[in-house]
Formats: sequence, C-alpha cells, structure tokens
Amino acid sequence: MNSEPDVPANHDENRRTFLKQSSLLTALALVPGPVVSAAAAKLDERVADAFEKIPLSLKVNGVKHKLSVEPRATLLDLLREQLHLTGTKKGCDYGQCGACTVHVDGQRVNACLSFAVMHDGQEITTIEGLADGDKLHPMQEAFVKHDGFQCGYCTPGQIMSAVACVREGHAGSEGEIREYMSGNICRCGAYANIVAAIQDVKQGGQKV
Amino acid sequence: MKTLDKQIGAPMNRVDGHQKVTGAAKYSAEYELPGMSYGVLVGSTIAKGRIAHIDTKAAVGAPGVLAVITHLNSPQVPGFKPTGKDPSQPQTVGGPLKIFHDDKVRFNDQPIALVVADTFERARYAARLVMAHYTQETHQTNMAAGAKDAFLPTSAQKNPKSPMADYQRGQADAYKTAALKIEQEYVIPTEMHHPMEMQAITAHWEAPDRLTIYDKTQGTIGTRRDFAKEWNLPEANVQVIATFVGGAFGNALHSWPHESAAIIGAKVVGRPVKLMLTREQMFTQVGYRPYTWQKVGMSATADGKITAITHESIGQTSTYEEFTESTLAQTRMMYQSPNLTTRYRIAALDVGTPIWMRGPGEATGAFALESAMDEMAYLLKLDPLEFRLRNYTDQDPEKNRPWSTKFLKECYRAGAERIGWTKRKLEPGALRDGDWLVGYGMGVGTFGAHRGAAHVSAQLLPNGTVVLQCATTDIGPGTGTAMTQIAADTLGLPPEKIRFELGNSGFPQSGSQGGSSTVNTVGQAVQDACMALKDKLRELAAAGAPAFASAKKEDVALANGYLTLGSNAATRVPYADLLKQPGAALVNVESKPTGNDGQLYSMYSFSVHFAEVRVHALTGEVRVSKLVSCADAGTIINQKTAANQMKGGAVGGIGMALMEHAIIDDRYGRYVTKDFADYHVPVHADAPAVEVYFVNQPDLHVNALGTKGIGEIATIGVAPAIANAIFNATGKRVRELPITPDKLV
Repeated sequence: MNSEPDVPANHDENRRTFLKQSSLLTALALVPGPVVSAAAAKLDERVADAFEKIPLSLKVNGVKHKLSVEPRATLLDLLREQLHLTGTKKGCDYGQCGACTVHVDGQRVNACLSFAVMHDGQEITTIEGLADGDKLHPMQEAFVKHDGFQCGYCTPGQIMSAVACVREGHAGSEGEIREYMSGNICRCGAYANIVAAIQDVKQGGQKV
Repeated sequence: MKTLDKQIGAPMNRVDGHQKVTGAAKYSAEYELPGMSYGVLVGSTIAKGRIAHIDTKAAVGAPGVLAVITHLNSPQVPGFKPTGKDPSQPQTVGGPLKIFHDDKVRFNDQPIALVVADTFERARYAARLVMAHYTQETHQTNMAAGAKDAFLPTSAQKNPKSPMADYQRGQADAYKTAALKIEQEYVIPTEMHHPMEMQAITAHWEAPDRLTIYDKTQGTIGTRRDFAKEWNLPEANVQVIATFVGGAFGNALHSWPHESAAIIGAKVVGRPVKLMLTREQMFTQVGYRPYTWQKVGMSATADGKITAITHESIGQTSTYEEFTESTLAQTRMMYQSPNLTTRYRIAALDVGTPIWMRGPGEATGAFALESAMDEMAYLLKLDPLEFRLRNYTDQDPEKNRPWSTKFLKECYRAGAERIGWTKRKLEPGALRDGDWLVGYGMGVGTFGAHRGAAHVSAQLLPNGTVVLQCATTDIGPGTGTAMTQIAADTLGLPPEKIRFELGNSGFPQSGSQGGSSTVNTVGQAVQDACMALKDKLRELAAAGAPAFASAKKEDVALANGYLTLGSNAATRVPYADLLKQPGAALVNVESKPTGNDGQLYSMYSFSVHFAEVRVHALTGEVRVSKLVSCADAGTIINQKTAANQMKGGAVGGIGMALMEHAIIDDRYGRYVTKDFADYHVPVHADAPAVEVYFVNQPDLHVNALGTKGIGEIATIGVAPAIANAIFNATGKRVRELPITPDKLV
C-alpha cells in the first residue's frame, strides 16, 4: 500500500519546519556565490519539493489511509495513481463528464475537481467499495440487467451518480432522472438503459 | 438430459458486465508496472512553420523530471527514415506524423516535446516550463478557402476503379435540364469522436528489443505491425494489450503521435511510461470526422420517379496524409436513378489527419442525400416514405447485381407504424402542442456487410470449459458476449463453460474492430473453430469409444464433463480422457470468406430512422421526443446488446444533428472548442426513448451465421431524419449542421 505512517501527522508542525528551512536557504542565498549555485542546482525547488508534501488522512471504502500528498494532486489522481483504485475514471479532468464521480461523506463529487488535501478526515466511497463483498449493490445488478453501458468507461461514474440520485430523492420520474444524471456523459449512448436501470432500483424499493 | 437453451438471439447479460460495474475492468492507463513514470506532451502553439528554438532547461531541472524529449535529442526511430510508401497505411497516401523527427510544425498543438517524470503532477508542471520559439509560415485551416485547391485523391488518380474515383451512369449532370429539380449545398462541420476514455498508452520496453504496450486501439494486430515497423523489430517482439477499450468510434483505428512518443519516452528513461492525452489534446491529435461540403442535384418526374442525381463532396484532410472515406457510396446504390454522377474530392489543410468516425463517410453522405430526398418529395407534394418506395431498388443499380438480402421495405413498414407516421402532415408547421411545433422525419442508412479473415483458437480444458482466443478488440458493442453465445450454440455448452479472450496481439490474428465487421468476421471464425474443436474431440473420442468414429458431428454433445452421442446414451467419454496428450484438444482455425458470393451479390446492412421532434416556436429549442430505428442487419446474435448499440448510434446521430461542432479559429489555426463545455455531446437530458426493431433475417451469403453488422447503420441516416422532422415542424430547411436554435428563430 502507499500509506506512509512515518510522515509526521501534524500538518502545522511540518509547515513550520518548511518555513524555517526556507529562511535558512534565503539567508544562504544572500551570499552571491551560493545564489548562483543554488539556482543552478534548483536547490530551492528541491527543498520545496521535500517539504511541500502534506499529510492526509482519508478513509477510502472503509480503509483508513495515512498519506503524504502534493497539494496539487487531485482526489482523482490520488485514487488512481497512488491508491491504485482505477475504477474511478478520468474522462475529462475538467468536471464536465462525471466519469470520476465518487461519494465524499455520502455526497456525489467529481474527484477531478477537488484536491486530495481538501478531504482530510473525510470518507470516500468509490465504485470498488459499493458492493457488499461478492454481493453486488442493487444499482450494479440493475446496470448489468438493463445493459446500462457499452464500453464501460463511464459506468463507475454513472453508477455512483445513480446511487446518489436515488438517495437524494431525484429519481421520481424518467424526466427527473435524466435531469439529475446529465452530469454523467455516456458517449456510447446507453442513456435509455441507464435510466431504465435507475428506475428499476427506485421502484424495487431496495436499500441503496 | 436437459436440452440447452439456444443462445444466439437471446438477450444474454454481458460476460464482462461484472467487471464493468465493479471497476475491475482495466483500461490502458490502469496497469501497475514497477518503476512507472508519467509522460505529458507539449503541443505547438502555431499551425505551420518551424521550431526555431526550444528551451527545455527549466523543465529538465524541475523536480522528478526524468527526461525532456524533443526533435533535438530524440533517439532515431528506425521506421522514421524515409522509405517511400508505407504499406501499413494502405488507405492513405502520405504517412502518419513522425514525432520529434524534425523541426516542422504541421498543425496547431502538434506534440513538440514529451516530459517524463516520476509522478503525473511533476510531469504536468514541468511540461509548462518548456518554451518554444517558431519561424511561422502562413497556414490555411479554413475549408471554404482550402476547398478551392481540392483534388481527386491519389488513390483515384492511380486507379479509375477506386471507389473514390468519379462515377457515372447514364448522362452526366442530367438533372440540370429537367423541369422538376432541386439543387442544394449541405455542410457537415468537423466533429470529434470523444470517447469517454481519452487516448492512453502505457509503454514498457521489457528488453532493448522487446516492447509491450497497453494501448487504446481498435486493432491489436495493426498497432503491433505499426510499432514493430517503427522500431524495426520482429512482430513477435511487440505485444499490444487492449483488453478493455473505453469507446473509440473510429479514433483508435490509426496509430497516433502520442503512442510513438510514449514508446520513445520509455526507451529514453528505461522505465515504463504512462501517457494519457488531455481532453483538449483529443481535439487536435487523434482524428475527427472531416468538415465536408456537399452538393446534391436531383430531378424527378411528376409521378415521383427520380431521373437523375448528381452528388459532389469535398472533405478535409491534412497536408501530410490523404484521408478518404465513402461519402458518396450510398447515393450510388440506394435509389433507382438512371442518370447518376458522383464526384469526390479532398482538400489538404494545416490540421491533423481525420479518421473514420462512426457511420463514417456514409453518415456524412446520407445527411445530404436523405435531406435532398425530403426536399424533392416536398417539391413533388409526395409523402417522403412514398417517394422512397417509388424509387426502391430490387437490385444494386451501381453494380447491377442482386442484393444478398434486402429487407428495407420491412423496416419502412415497422418504423412508420411505430413512430405513428400517419400523424405526419405534408405541409410543415401543421402540428402544434402549445408553444411546441411538432414534426416527423425519416432518414435511410446503409453500410457494406463486410467480412474479412480472422483466426480463432479453441481449447478444451480438463475442467470441461472451453477457452477461445482472438486478437480482436471490444470497444463497447459486447464482442466477448456475442462470441460466447455463438460458441455456446456451436459446442452445445452453456455459456458459463466458455471463456472468450480478446484484446491481445499474442492471440490468433484478426482485423481491427471497425466498419461493422467484427461479428461477420470473428463470429464466423468462432463458429468454425468450435466446429473444428468438435471434430477433433470426436477423433480423440473415437480412439476410446469406436461408436464416435462413425458418428455425425451434430450428434456429438459436450456436457457435464463428457462427450456423448445423442443416439447412444451408453457412449460417454470423459473430457479428461481426451487430454492425456498436451495440446491434444486445441485447434487454431483461420476463417475467411470462400466462394464468390462477394462477386455475385451486393451485400449491405440497411436501416431507417424515424424521428419525432418538438421545436419551441419562440426559442428554437429542439427536443427529439421519439426515435424509432429499424435495421435489416441479418441475424441478431444478442437482442439486448444489439438494441443497445442501435440506441447508442441514434444518440450519436442526435449529437450530429443538433450540437456537435468543432470550431477552429482560422487566425491561429487552433480549435476554440476544447472541452465538453464548448463542444456539446448529447447528455441524459438530450436522449429520448429509442425504439429498436430488427428484421432479424439471416443473410447466408455473408457468412453461415447470417450476420450483416450494426454499428454504422445505427448512426447513418439519423441526422437527416431529425433535420427532415425539423423542416416538417417548422418549414425551415437547415442544410448546415448542427441545427442550433439560432438557425431556427
């Protein structure tokens, strides 16, 4: 796993250390010689690199992770590249397609539009955490039954969004489902089947 | 013993459905390899010229950067040396862009540098530090200007029988002298495939002469050939893996610069490189449906018989590669016109090379032809369905051959009934529901029922299951599922006992997934391989039980771990007995069209789409309220996945008709549409209920299964059906797609 328990958990402590080190570097830099060599060796950048990682505690699919991440890493890239939870997809990286939809503390969120560090202490559910062991979630079952996909790439996002759509109470009619699912693009065009799957779950009355 | 249910035609759930709904399905950027590094491309900011200076110093020094590759330091790619013709790209003249090969810029956002770093964030940051200066030349990206220099494709110049060559039957341009005629121009703008999975590749040199790529491709064998050639390697040393492909719609039918770049990057850093394009780069680097200008002239007699059609078209291509497509094919064979002229030209612009996009040229051509049919019918005061029936072809008027099968009339009847065609009024604007004007329209589609050659292996395992392998891919239609159904029926095994493996160049060869040909080709190969496996098992069984030696193939049943003979319940041979020699129950079969059916018959799939639209009288907003898509596509292997594919094609047609439009700013030669906020594709709210009807009659001239193909005809004819319905609702004829509200108010 990529958990890094050795990294100090205290964020402020780490930040202070970084600032102290930076001041030292600045003091050093007052001497003309080292100015040149430090710049050439990109010393400033390297120091910054070492200290700019930020500790982050997350619960993903019920598993606690203590991580150290760059502040510019998105939640999506953290999930895919560091936690190897590739079920959450990158479809645009601009929050326009919904392929990266996950649940953060139960709310649907585009993982590409939020930095990982914004989620300290929060609970994330991805498609990998939706099923109960080997037993598929009713929405997953319904997507298989109604063939609510073709290539499968937008599917995890559609399913996470669909579950939230039902939980939010926005699955009252076909029209309402279409409206509240319009943030999830399916370029294969399996929309009618996705809507049928959501209606089936909604009408089936199972716990979502 | 319980008889097994017939699988062909059944609405079976997808065999890979579980993987797709749980996130377990792995796409090309999702493989974990030790030492993974990340590549980010830097694109040019001019459309034409030379790189005068490129400063990579800051990027090289940025944290985590492993390499910055440009034309100045890229390793020599053996295949980039000029060799004249490029046989791996037979459809085109010229050749794919040779990345980092020289200082020339041929289109805006052409990759000019690759930054490789140990994390994605670091690679992306460092890519922003690369600075380039150019010697700019005057570019041309405007089609209206470029069309002045349009030319006959080289393939047609060399071969007058090429489908791209000028075509003539009867008198040339005979419509011009007729009394009842129309003459109109139609435009389709540049459209982008935009599969949800952006193009991605993970390139890994496992040894200095051994390359593995996990790649988004529609053809593992073609991609292997391209990169083996690029690196001068034996094909066996290159492995292409594409187990899951997140949509493609044609844009993974070509090897693109980013793939070459990732492979070069992996070579330089000695680590695997993962590279996924950005959505913005998807506009510039991986093809598109070309902007196409068309003109149709048509004449008819007063009683509705077409006397002449002239259909001309000019499509865009790049300056370095000639792209052509069958824009005018449908016009030559769909209607019985004694005089018919087609002229196809291309115009080279300073843009990336286009590539077939779903329905490809036929969908573009059908927009013009089927709109013109509607215009002519209106001129004649005829119902457009009646007009089509009066010009129906019972044999192919282009090649003067019988159709292998054609059930288009059955599609017309079924579709008209389902949409409620009788509600349609001849005069536009006659139906209204409050502020909404209601209209009905139709459009016809056709695509060749192509079948190629494919190899499939089939192996019986000791646990009684059968594993089939083929290099084909599945970009979404459900190939693995359809193949499993075909194998189940042929072998007499339940589908759970069959595993169809695909998406790996190490498996037996097949062509790319494109042109609606996979089930026609690979499906037949699966059936052939299963028959061969049964033969082999019978031979092996005969050694243990002589009763099998004289048995008919059809009578041999495989079930519950035993081979049995229907006529003799006592004859039972356990599978395990057959497997005493290694590989004993393995066959590898090549399947290809035999006989001369291809010369004797014209083979096509047919579709008709009926649309009901509602146009807001004040705002011009168009809602497609209902679509009915009917297909004569031969045998349907899986009702559920096939219907899904038809519905998806219809949604693609809605995008084409109403919203898709890639806009280039000609001052800079750069797309201003660069994401889904600017380039609109249909979302849930845009997608109506689509009713699908299949004739489901086998065409045994195509193959023994009787399939004809679905993927393309699902889209071809949808856009004109919607455009025609909008005319019927509003009286406004829009001949330039997309039909946005500004064109209706």
